[in-house]
Amino acid sequence: MVRASVTLFLAALLFVSLPGSSLAQESPYIVAYDHYLEEPGNLEIEYFSTFGTQRTSNNFHAFWMEFEYGATAWWTTEFYLDGQSTFGDSTVFTGLRFENRFRVLKREHFINPVLYVEYGNISGADKILKEVEGHDVEKNYADRNAALREEHNHELEFKLLLSGTHKGWNFTENTLAAKNLSKHPWEFGYALGASRPLALKASAKRCSFCRQNLIAGAELYGGLGDPHSFGLDDTSHYVAPVVAWNLPSGWTFRLSAGFGLNDHSHGLLLRWGVSREITGFGSMVKNLLGGNR
Amino acid sequence: MRECVRALAATAALLSVSMVLAHQEKPPAPKYHKDALVYAELSKAPQKARAKRNPLERDADAVAAGRNLFEQHCQECHGDLAEGGRKGPSLLDEQVQNAEPGAIFWILTNGVVRRGMPVWSKLPEPQRWQLVSYIKSLGVAEPVPSRGSSPKPSSGSSTAPPSGHR
Repeated sequence: MVRASVTLFLAALLFVSLPGSSLAQESPYIVAYDHYLEEPGNLEIEYFSTFGTQRTSNNFHAFWMEFEYGATAWWTTEFYLDGQSTFGDSTVFTGLRFENRFRVLKREHFINPVLYVEYGNISGADKILKEVEGHDVEKNYADRNAALREEHNHELEFKLLLSGTHKGWNFTENTLAAKNLSKHPWEFGYALGASRPLALKASAKRCSFCRQNLIAGAELYGGLGDPHSFGLDDTSHYVAPVVAWNLPSGWTFRLSAGFGLNDHSHGLLLRWGVSREITGFGSMVKNLLGGNR
Repeated sequence: MRECVRALAATAALLSVSMVLAHQEKPPAPKYHKDALVYAELSKAPQKARAKRNPLERDADAVAAGRNLFEQHCQECHGDLAEGGRKGPSLLDEQVQNAEPGAIFWILTNGVVRRGMPVWSKLPEPQRWQLVSYIKSLGVAEPVPSRGSSPKPSSGSSTAPPSGHR
C-alpha cells in the first residue's frame, strides 16, 4: 500500500507540468462549499492532507486528490481518491467519491442555493474528514487499519449549499444528509463558513504577494446525529481558521487548523492543500478527440 | 496498486462522460448567434443596475488593474485582446462598448449561466469595477480588413494597452 500512496503522490506532482493555468479566485474553505462552481471547461486538480491527532490511538495523516471539472456554468462534477497513513500502523487506499454540484438559480441573489449529490465507495478506514456527519466521533477512528478496512460503505450524500457574497464577505451554510446504502439510518451534519479577501481592489501590478491574493476566513462544522437521536449529543464539532493564497501562476495553497470543540472531537485537524486550475481542459480533450476540426 | 489503477481509470471514464454530456447538451449554434444571445443579456440589466456609476472611473490605476484581472480571469474565453474566443463573444463589439458601465457590471455579477458565462461575484465589487474600466477603455473594434488580422480598439481609447498583453 506504500505503492498506492506513492502513486497518489506522483499523480499530485503530474499537474505541475500541465499547461494553460490561470489565476483562480479559490475560496479558502476545505470542508464548507460556497456557491461558486468551476468555470466551464476548466479542470482543477487538487491535493489535500489532513494531520489528525488521536487521543486513544496513533495520530494519522489522511490525504486525498480531487479532480474538479466545470461541465457547464451551472454544473460541476468532481472525483476524489482518498487514502491515509496511521502512524505505527499502515498506509491504505480508502476509497473514491463522485460528486456533482448544480447551481439552481441563473442569476446572483442574496442567498444562492446549490444542490450537491455525492456517491462514495469508501472503507471504514477513511479518515479525510472532509465532512462530519451523524455520530462521527474520535473513538470511531481508533482501531487499527486492518480492522477498519473490513467495513465497506456505499454512501449517498446530499447537501444544500446556501451562500452569498456581500461587500467582499462570503457567508455559506451547508446542510448535509447522508445515507449509507446498507441498513444504516440517515445521518446529518452541517458546515458554516465566512471568508474575505484581505484587499478588495486589485493591484495595478501583477504580483504574488498582493493582499488581494490572500483570502482568510473560518469554518465551523460538525455532526447532527441521525433521525433516532438528532442533535448535538455524541457528535463532534470543529472550528477552523482558514486561509487561501491564490497565485497568478494558477496555483492555490490552502491552510486550515481545525480545533475540536468537545471531547468527542479530534484535538487537532491540521489541513493543507495545493491546487492548480487547467483552463480550457475540455477544449483540449475535444481537440484530441477531433471535435474541433 | 490495482485499486489505484481502477480508480484512475474510473476517473478518466467519469470525466469523459461528463465532458461528452456537457458538449452534447445543446446542438452547436453558429458563433454569431450565440454571441447575439449573450449581448442580448446586457439589455436585461435592470434600470437600477444600469444607473450605477463606476466608482473607480477616475482611479488612475483602475484600467491597469482591470487588465491584470482580465488576463487572469477573462482572456481564456474572450481572447487575448478581448476580440472574442471560442467560448466567449468579443467585448470590442459596439453592443458592449456602448452599454452603460452598470450593465456590464451587472453581467459580471450575474453571469450568463445558461450561455456558459459563470457568475463573477466572487471577485469583490471594486475588482469588478476595475474590469469594467478596462473593458470600456478598449473601445469599439474597427472592422477586420482581412482574414487573420486582429481587430484593433478605436483611437478613442487612450488608456487601452493592447500592446501590453503577453
